[in-house]
Amino acid sequence: MSSQLQQGDSSRSVLHRIMGGSTLVAVLAVVLSIVLGGILIAVTDDRVAETSAYFFSRPGDMLTAAWEAASGAYIALFQGAIFNPRADTVAQAIRPLTETLTVATPLILAGLGVAIAFRTGLFNIGAQGQIILGATFAAWVGFTLELPPGLHLLIAVVAGFIGGALWGFIPGILKARTGAHEVIVTIMLNYVAVYLVAYLLFTPGFQNPGSSNPISPRLDDSALYPLLLGSGYRLHLGFLVAIAATIGVWWLLNRSTTGFELRAVGANPNAARTAGISVTKGYVVVMMIAGGLAGLAGVAQVAGTEKVLTGGIAASFGFDAITVALLGRSHPWGVFFAGLLFGAFRAGGVQMQTQTGTPIDIVLVVQSLIVLFIAAPPLVKAIFRIDQKKKKKTTKPDQSSEDITTTTAAGGVA
Amino acid sequence: MLLELQGITKKFGTLVANDSIDLVVKPGEVHCLLGENGAGKSTLMNVLYGLYEPTDGEILLDGKSVTFKGPGDAMAAGIGMVHQHFMLIPVFTVAENVALGDEFTRAGGLLDLEKTRAKIRDISDRYGFDVDPDALIEDLPVGVQQRVEIIKALVRNASVLILDEPTAVLTPQETDELIDIIGQLKAAGTAIVFISHKLREVRAVSDVITVIRRGAVVGSVDPSTSTTELANMMVGRQVSLSLNKAPANPGERTFQVRNLTVLSPTGQRLVDDVTFDIAEGEILAVAGVQGNGQTELTEAILGLQDHASGSIKLKGTELIGLKAKDVIRHGVGFVPEDRKVDGLVGTFSVAENLILNWYNEPPFAKGLAMKPSVVMANAKAKIDEYDVRTQSADSAVGTLSGGNQQKVVLARELSRPLNLFIASQPTRGVDVGSIEFLHKRIVQERDGGTPVMIVSTELDEISELADRIAVLHRGKLMGVVPGNTTRDVLGLMMAGMTADEALGQSAEEKQ
Repeated sequence: MSSQLQQGDSSRSVLHRIMGGSTLVAVLAVVLSIVLGGILIAVTDDRVAETSAYFFSRPGDMLTAAWEAASGAYIALFQGAIFNPRADTVAQAIRPLTETLTVATPLILAGLGVAIAFRTGLFNIGAQGQIILGATFAAWVGFTLELPPGLHLLIAVVAGFIGGALWGFIPGILKARTGAHEVIVTIMLNYVAVYLVAYLLFTPGFQNPGSSNPISPRLDDSALYPLLLGSGYRLHLGFLVAIAATIGVWWLLNRSTTGFELRAVGANPNAARTAGISVTKGYVVVMMIAGGLAGLAGVAQVAGTEKVLTGGIAASFGFDAITVALLGRSHPWGVFFAGLLFGAFRAGGVQMQTQTGTPIDIVLVVQSLIVLFIAAPPLVKAIFRIDQKKKKKTTKPDQSSEDITTTTAAGGVA
Repeated sequence: MLLELQGITKKFGTLVANDSIDLVVKPGEVHCLLGENGAGKSTLMNVLYGLYEPTDGEILLDGKSVTFKGPGDAMAAGIGMVHQHFMLIPVFTVAENVALGDEFTRAGGLLDLEKTRAKIRDISDRYGFDVDPDALIEDLPVGVQQRVEIIKALVRNASVLILDEPTAVLTPQETDELIDIIGQLKAAGTAIVFISHKLREVRAVSDVITVIRRGAVVGSVDPSTSTTELANMMVGRQVSLSLNKAPANPGERTFQVRNLTVLSPTGQRLVDDVTFDIAEGEILAVAGVQGNGQTELTEAILGLQDHASGSIKLKGTELIGLKAKDVIRHGVGFVPEDRKVDGLVGTFSVAENLILNWYNEPPFAKGLAMKPSVVMANAKAKIDEYDVRTQSADSAVGTLSGGNQQKVVLARELSRPLNLFIASQPTRGVDVGSIEFLHKRIVQERDGGTPVMIVSTELDEISELADRIAVLHRGKLMGVVPGNTTRDVLGLMMAGMTADEALGQSAEEKQ
């Protein structure tokens, strides 16, 4: 048992470092990534390449071209994600924003699932598989059962939660009983989920009758999330579920006894154990909640935007959710806003590609850079020259060093 | 070699860990640095050893100013350090450990261990260390491991030797042997800096005592200074070292341990067939050198050991097989030996830590919902009652000093009606001022009629608190003796003699 606890020590310190980062660092990481992304856009731009050929005779040309490439791409991104000032009607002008919220919905839900596991000291890399399972369960309920409206949707949502929770339970119980590392188990379960759904979509129960493609029947209308702003927009009730889930996770973590246990297990499993809190139970419970939340992201996909189950139902939401949780520093509202930001990137990226020809992949690069900078707070601080001395005040190195020597004396004997 | 520190100042941000410290260590002199945990002793020595760069001030060796970029420089200049936590590789032999980092080589870069062995034998003979160069470190007792550390320094021609809390892990007898060795090194002209917070041994070993408080030198005094006076200098106010507790008034023996055996996952007997009782209104102190089964004993009582057999009965209820949660429900208060690891969640607030093991009970929670206002009110009351020095109840407990952290643990555990109170190392790493307070609270709990079990490796603390003393050696109970048993007898028992043998040998020696 104790060796099992120790095994997690190194990963836990990584977690603490990530969560300990300030909001400022998170914001600066985003800014820095956007700037670097801009440079990348400029470098790959055709006109910049042309003008650079005669850079030494007329450097202004290249600089102007570079600026126009980067700013043009980002303006298109903004117009695709938030507000389109050139639209003819107000309805069209705010359409990008609703698109952002739609895309953000599964990101927020799955991000919460990753974040709550982080807070309990576990790396839940399995959101992708949990989304797929949640979507599969909800879809089956949606196109198989015949229930009155309202109830049908409710059952589908609950089924989606259970599907995800099941996929979280497996790594949770394996970790608790055998000490199997959750990172490895969740990654493997992602593959299992992908191929499981691929298989199911060729079986009679799931495959759309009469179709040879791996695609399910359309979900009944009674099992779909109602659209919030009418048929002109894709924004559906799932977004409100995401808001409710954010509030729910906040309450669970900060105001409930379960959250107290989970946070204690995450912050110091030894002390939690000594205080009579079951660390292993905490692992199982949190992985089920985490899986359930990711399952709700699957519901948002299948009952909200896609309306059918396909092999690509989870897109890359499960992996982006990890980034969202990191950027949100594993705090529920942080995750919410990080989810919105990434939703905006995705929604705007399409517009950017069609309008300026800048590949949508640049959005991925920016997202990856954000993770990189968040994982290395000293780098961000060094770049922005944030005064580190102010932070040191709280560390009291002398005291801690002496205390460490007294407490580790026992280890020295062994 | 004459070592002088002049005006050494070390700042961490705004925190002044060392404030213009002057220190002169002469050859053939044992210079003791006395101070509480966090007073700045270790920082000063880390500056001297090249681990920290001083913010201000100078280090002089034989009158010449030197700067050390790292421990390598310090060693080359003749400064050796024996850390409290030994820097030895357990699976290497003595010779390999000594050679490590300063290997002799033959032509072609081949390792020449023979030369190291010869040096070890030479030093071992000269000072009577009795160390075999080919023994594996993991097979050696702690006292001998410490000698290997000293040899490491001597092989590198250290003429100034820093010993950081060297007695923390030793039995009283091993401590006596260490004091002998220090005497010999002194006679050979080595300058020794001896860091400690234990008043008794400081007076026994040193030629000069420099007391440090809050990073500054309070004064240098003669070893004949009384312990009370030294304690007052350390703390900066009058402290009473004796507890003056009333005699125990033991009642019914409600806590009974029978044939308790705890196995390690690999089958080693960590606690070996231990049987004892504790009565209501009595303090039983468990003495022993660190790592002789005390941790496992307390953890077994609390239900934290998976491989425990035998019987542990509290008021007739069998505790073996119960989960920690249920043991706590049965009224067992527990102060773990390492509060930072097992007692507190460092990133949690003081308020949260004060309810760490009763967070889900009324009035702190109703169903799933916790009641932040009640939690906060409880925290404010406890902070007042136990005089916890914290900025607020919301501050992370990790930012508090050791003494105040321990007060938080004690406040939490003593705030419930208890049937048994267990405190492991209740005052380890705690300032002298807080020790007084903590001891008083423990005796107060005894006087309220609770059976109390104290586990400590400090004989002073054992003698201070105990009504009866149980001594553990390699997991076996060497006997339970009265609270006024002499240190000699306790020391012999800690080294593995039964109570009768120890009493006999001690009487013999006196004759």
